[in-house]
Amino acid sequence: MLWFLFRDFRRPSGERPTVVWWLFVVAVAGVLLVWLPGTLGLAEMLDLSVVFVLALLALSMSFLWGYSGMLSFGQTAYFGLGGYVYAVSAMNLGTTTVPFLLGVLLPMAFALVVGYFIVYGRLSDVYFSVMTLVITLVLNKAVRATSGSQYVVGDVRLGGQNGIPGVPPLQVPWDPATALFIDDVYYLSVILVLVAYVGLRLALASRFGRVLVGVRENEKRLALLGYDPRRYKLGAFVIAGGLAGLSGTMFAVWGNFVAPEMFGLQRAAEVIIWVIVGGKATLIGPIVGVGLIQYLTTWLGTQGVGQVTLVLGIVLIAAVLLFREGLVPTLGTLLLRLTRLRRGDDPNKRDEP
Amino acid sequence: MDTVFTYLYQVGFAVSILVLISLGLALIFGMMKVINLAQGEFLMLGAYFCVLTSSMGAPLWIAIPVAGVLVGLFGVVVERTVIQWLYGRVLDTLLATWGVSLLMIGIVTTVAGPQSHSISSSVGRVVVGGFVVPGWSMVIIAGAVLMLLATYLILRFTNLGLIVRGTMQNPQMARALGTNTSMIYMLTFGFGSALTGLGGALLVPLFGASPTMGGLYIGKAFIAVISGGPLPLIGTMSASGLYGSIDGVMSYLFSPVLGEIIVLLVAIVMLRLLPSGITGGMRKGI
Amino acid sequence: MKLTRRQFTKLSGGGLAFASLQGTLTSAGLANEAPIKVANILDQTGGLNIYSLKQMKAVAMAVDEINTAGGLLGRPLELIFYDAQSSNQLYSQYATQALLRDEVHAIHGGVTSSSREVIRPIVQRFGGLYVYNSLYEGGVCDRRHVSTGMVPGQQLDALCPYVINERGGKRGYILAADYNYGHITSRWLQKYIRDLGGEDLAVEFIPLDVSNFSSVLARIQDAKPDVVWSALVGAAHMSFYRQFHSTIGKDEMMIAGTTYSIGREQVELSPEEGEGIILATSFYDSLGTEAADDFVSRFHEYSGETDYIGEYGEGGYRGLMLWAEAVRRAGSPEPDAVIEALGDTSFRGAGGLYTIDGQTNHTTMNIHVAVQNDKQDFEAIQTFDQMDPVDTQLVCNLHENPDDTTQYEVEL
Repeated sequence: MLWFLFRDFRRPSGERPTVVWWLFVVAVAGVLLVWLPGTLGLAEMLDLSVVFVLALLALSMSFLWGYSGMLSFGQTAYFGLGGYVYAVSAMNLGTTTVPFLLGVLLPMAFALVVGYFIVYGRLSDVYFSVMTLVITLVLNKAVRATSGSQYVVGDVRLGGQNGIPGVPPLQVPWDPATALFIDDVYYLSVILVLVAYVGLRLALASRFGRVLVGVRENEKRLALLGYDPRRYKLGAFVIAGGLAGLSGTMFAVWGNFVAPEMFGLQRAAEVIIWVIVGGKATLIGPIVGVGLIQYLTTWLGTQGVGQVTLVLGIVLIAAVLLFREGLVPTLGTLLLRLTRLRRGDDPNKRDEP
Repeated sequence: MDTVFTYLYQVGFAVSILVLISLGLALIFGMMKVINLAQGEFLMLGAYFCVLTSSMGAPLWIAIPVAGVLVGLFGVVVERTVIQWLYGRVLDTLLATWGVSLLMIGIVTTVAGPQSHSISSSVGRVVVGGFVVPGWSMVIIAGAVLMLLATYLILRFTNLGLIVRGTMQNPQMARALGTNTSMIYMLTFGFGSALTGLGGALLVPLFGASPTMGGLYIGKAFIAVISGGPLPLIGTMSASGLYGSIDGVMSYLFSPVLGEIIVLLVAIVMLRLLPSGITGGMRKGI
Repeated sequence: MKLTRRQFTKLSGGGLAFASLQGTLTSAGLANEAPIKVANILDQTGGLNIYSLKQMKAVAMAVDEINTAGGLLGRPLELIFYDAQSSNQLYSQYATQALLRDEVHAIHGGVTSSSREVIRPIVQRFGGLYVYNSLYEGGVCDRRHVSTGMVPGQQLDALCPYVINERGGKRGYILAADYNYGHITSRWLQKYIRDLGGEDLAVEFIPLDVSNFSSVLARIQDAKPDVVWSALVGAAHMSFYRQFHSTIGKDEMMIAGTTYSIGREQVELSPEEGEGIILATSFYDSLGTEAADDFVSRFHEYSGETDYIGEYGEGGYRGLMLWAEAVRRAGSPEPDAVIEALGDTSFRGAGGLYTIDGQTNHTTMNIHVAVQNDKQDFEAIQTFDQMDPVDTQLVCNLHENPDDTTQYEVEL
């Protein structure tokens, strides 16, 4: 039965999720929310939470790329925007529930504008990707130039290069006196990733999702069938923007700071590396990618190795040359082949019903 | 009159720097549709080879071309080991060359350390429009012009240039006519890398050499090449001309920050209006 | 990293610990005691690592010397190093790890102001102690934070009178890096220049990734100042000194730098490009005092490197030694006890006598004004003894407001 699961990992599917899949999700949720916290200390929870927070960012990119066929280099634009919106509004208003929502909605609005500009402008392929990169670079430069004391929004200094420290932790919406501590942030980030994962999976199985995959496969054919591909692409762009904004808001909640490096080239590169290493056309893949790379960089930083950049470069080259589809799909294919061989199937026969 | 010369100088300098950092990339992109994200690091390598050769006693006017040749050879190695497997996969080459750039930064930092290196030029000062400017900036401007000229002459008037242009326009036809396109790609990548190495070496006396200097230039080079479009020479000249002029004028009028931000905004508008670049619609030309 | 007398142990959590050799500990009688742990979080890799590399080794050297001499309070000192790779996210994670998992008694490190501002709330939240060993823009008022580096009030109190009065630099043009250090330092510069009867012609803020100063140099030539004040930071800004030399030249105009030599600029620029630059610093290698020479030779022997160390590196040594002295005075390594003992803790180091000022948790130190000669080295002009951190003292009083955690900024 498990090979249904591996097949799911390997190929993007517009099919409805199976019972096995649901069991898998519940099992993972159980492990992450119930069993693991018992064995982890606060410091480990902190390290793990940021993986889940960044996983949302990775999901936003892989959703766009793997399922909608749009390679956006600039999801970091909405990531940074979400973080800054949360920081500025929370420090001005004193409460955090509204700022949290703003941190998701405003990036979505921005994605709507940018998406309209790009999608309806019929930019294709490389030029589309470059445009998204240029936008995040403009934001990076603009925010880095706000060091002077005249750059305030309300009471909050934008702080330029240094960003905004002291961002308040998230208050419990029905009990503003209590704020989320490190372990609460862990639970919240795990729940958000699970919700996002399930939500995206269901969305892909819906009519919207299947049209989207159709747009990726052959836009012209879909247009001929009567659908307006631009509307669906724009919709995907806005959803991805919201996800990235959520990631940015959670990042601000997690670390209690925001900085222009959220918009920067380094972070944009990392997102792409996560997705490519994990697998761009799956939902699990990028999450795995984030985990691997974050663990690698954090671990390397304590080894006195001194050349984290070198290692990352090798990883990226290897990932592109060797794992064409990404780690998870390649593993999935491998496992699939193994199970089929064990069952005595002809490895050349396709696995379609 | 003085003000005119000052603006001419600022613009000329900015345009020349853009040409130095993007001509090699434009050639490679125009030929093979490969975007080499390690472009900044190739510049950096050229700068380092220049410093190395110079520290062994060679004068600058020898060290610079030598640096170009060395980076050209390095480019050939990269093409054969990484790039040639990825032709046609535009986005994958983007990512693989990103990995190459990280690798190069890591290696140079390990071998030469993270600090920067300088070479003083003995060219002295020049007065333009009432201001003193570095004599070396004139060398940079001359260098950019020479690079453009040399590329034009090779592409237009040599047999090899003809074959290269043919392969750029229609690789299948070129192959049908007996050209070894794989060899042409390798040579083009090597030549483009050599130009980039030359550019990096030319920058050293004014900007120094440090492992992370590539990051300062990659954004601008990238945008210039994409805006220029598929024709390398005309594209580079027009894109560099446009952005260099804006940068030079705005930086002098206001500040370097504003210059860069305005260039980026203009780039967005340009891409919206001409999604395939300035030379996107041109069939003929280099 | 080539350290010859250390042994590396990997902690279960993954941190890299420097511990003195077993032999050292045994002969000092420390081998069986529970260690006192110190964390050092710096950037070994990434764009900012030019600042951290010497400081890392200086802190390790201090730890080793303390252990050889019998430990701290009879216990061995253990140093845990984290490479934050110039990423604020990692600073956040490592500071929390250090306090919660590795249970250190003090955190040293942080490079940029943003990394410091990431560490401070974490230290406050978990009741730790943080020693920041870098020069910075001043104004942090926080009892769990100790600054052992130079602040503008000290540096400019020494530098500006020399440049303006004795060198005639009345008309000044200020170039500053475009982030909070540059903004605050430039404001202090304007204040000092005006108070001393000079004129600040203009202030320009340059982003950290700009290396083309041609337009800036044109505007400077237009304004014709006597001196260019530089609060420029980082590798890209080093090009300014190169380009200045190729255009205006120091025969026409002086350069006085607040951050010059921190990034070891004098070594990386050519002799002509750096000659004549005026600076004020709390330590440089060729200071000429016995203490300075002794520190330099010990560091060369310990690290196996012979190149320039500088104030940034020495800051790590002085910070660790000051903290250790406070621990001795407190009789305990626990942060709250050490904090009580901080005021008036002093240590005689390479740059002179360092004393912690209990009112601000900043350090009083000697400031040396120097000029670069033609051999990429500095020559002393004047030494100002025991300069207090007056800028922070104006706004911060931890005796009266012990719960303060603000960073104050100067208004003009």
